[in-house]
Amino acid sequence: MTATPVETTAPAPVLEARGIGVWLSGRRILHDVSFAVQPGEFIGLIGSNGAGKTTLLRVILGLQRPTSGSIEIGGKHPGHGAEVVGYLPQKVALDSDLPLRARDVVALGLDGQKLGIPLPSAKRTALVDDMLAAVDATSFADARVGLLSGGQQQRVLIAHALISRPRLLLLDEPLANLDIRSSSEIVELLARVSRERGVAVLLSAHDLNPLLPFMDRIVYLEGGRAVSGTSDEVVQSDVLTALYGRRVDVLRVEGRVLVVAGPDEAHGHDE
Amino acid sequence: MSVGFFQSQPVLTALIVGALVSIVSGLVGVFTVLRRQSFAGHALADLGAVGGSAAFLLGISQLWGFVGAGILAAGLMEVVGIKRVQGRDVATGIIFGLGLGFTALFLYWDTTIKNASNAAISVLFGSLFVIDSSVIPLVLALSAVAVAIIVIVYRWLLIDSLNQDLAAVRHIPVRLVGILFLVALALAVELSALTIGAVLSTALLIGPAAAALRLTKRVGVAAVIAMAIAVGSTWLGILISFDSYAWFGGGHNWPVSFCIVAVVFIAYLLSGIALPVRARRARLVL
Repeated sequence: MTATPVETTAPAPVLEARGIGVWLSGRRILHDVSFAVQPGEFIGLIGSNGAGKTTLLRVILGLQRPTSGSIEIGGKHPGHGAEVVGYLPQKVALDSDLPLRARDVVALGLDGQKLGIPLPSAKRTALVDDMLAAVDATSFADARVGLLSGGQQQRVLIAHALISRPRLLLLDEPLANLDIRSSSEIVELLARVSRERGVAVLLSAHDLNPLLPFMDRIVYLEGGRAVSGTSDEVVQSDVLTALYGRRVDVLRVEGRVLVVAGPDEAHGHDE
Repeated sequence: MSVGFFQSQPVLTALIVGALVSIVSGLVGVFTVLRRQSFAGHALADLGAVGGSAAFLLGISQLWGFVGAGILAAGLMEVVGIKRVQGRDVATGIIFGLGLGFTALFLYWDTTIKNASNAAISVLFGSLFVIDSSVIPLVLALSAVAVAIIVIVYRWLLIDSLNQDLAAVRHIPVRLVGILFLVALALAVELSALTIGAVLSTALLIGPAAAALRLTKRVGVAAVIAMAIAVGSTWLGILISFDSYAWFGGGHNWPVSFCIVAVVFIAYLLSGIALPVRARRARLVL
């Protein structure tokens, strides 16, 4: 399944999913999903809308109980060792009149689970400033978070998730609603923090083109089933065509790889 | 200023109770606006009025009537689901209509059976100048509970209003936060129902908070400004009402509730003028 040779000294995986199955209101959402995430890996969780990506992420976070199978995060069950997991949910709507600055949102990532009103401290400010700098958000640190652009808000939320020093960062469709430039900036940023901080990144997306240059591995989810492997193994016309149930072409242009959906032969539509 | 303002016992009681209620309303109001729960505030005011009007019949104090019904209503909303209440569901609207219906019935009985001819004005539009000073310790205690709730779960409320999943992955008990906030909201609304009446109570909750949120991008600062605007409006309203006795030939005080709500509204208008031009461009104002 994976090309990486498994050595006896291999570190324990940050995340190990074994045979995850989920039924929701009589519908099977996930079926026997198994994969592992090694420390510091950058993994794309790819699948079309409704493939079960969000459900799988919620199972990993302990927000959704699987019907079958088990999850281990750093050797513990979700909900017990979840301090090691950072999370960026899908479509976080930040109102323009929300009275929070970018730096307040990041600070909430540091100690938001604590009780009482936070007291100003030089150490807290320094940690927040460092985190803001790490995601290139220093220039808008004091702006109202609801007035920032989509890409800027994603940076702030990534900083919110990263400041508690997780070993695994889960992002649910962080590139949806971003233009091409912002989305490639966010992917580059994630690849950089993943490398620099040794954080494993598991990112869901329905379009894998922006991710192709950076991904170590892909977990492909379709119809509730998963296939995982290196980009080279999965990004093949025949593999993708089988997964999507329609023709998918993999084009190699000037050293770049592009995935393009072909015409829908089954219905003969002319799109 | 008229002679005797500070010598009058009803005025002193009004100033003290008014200040306590305003502090609670300003603080809770900021989080009410943040969490988009002002409709829940209206609902609690409507249902609290049932208790306020029943208090005359039961022979208990009006404050206990308001607070008892408010807490019960908060519990009901938790069972029905706050999302449905916020969604202004048809069922919610019908229940509030029924609440106001009962208020009308109880107020009628208050007048006919208990001869409490002031009941309607007192429940619906407040009774700040006729509050007995013996109620101050209870108002203080209930205010302390509401403020304590907000202070203790301050950060939980913020993350929860940012995104509920972000709160859940940090093991923040999202449902408990919702319940605690509803209790604080019920206390704020019912305390101000005692002072400016069930119909007007949300004005003191939402007005100062909305004005403060226009002036700052920091929650803590917004809370302090909202409390200051609320206390200032209440005190100024009391003063205007007291002074109005001598106006237009004299003989009658203008209703204190009207004076307070009018000052709150002016503060809200002024905050719009103070809005930075940049922020004003970014969204529609008023």
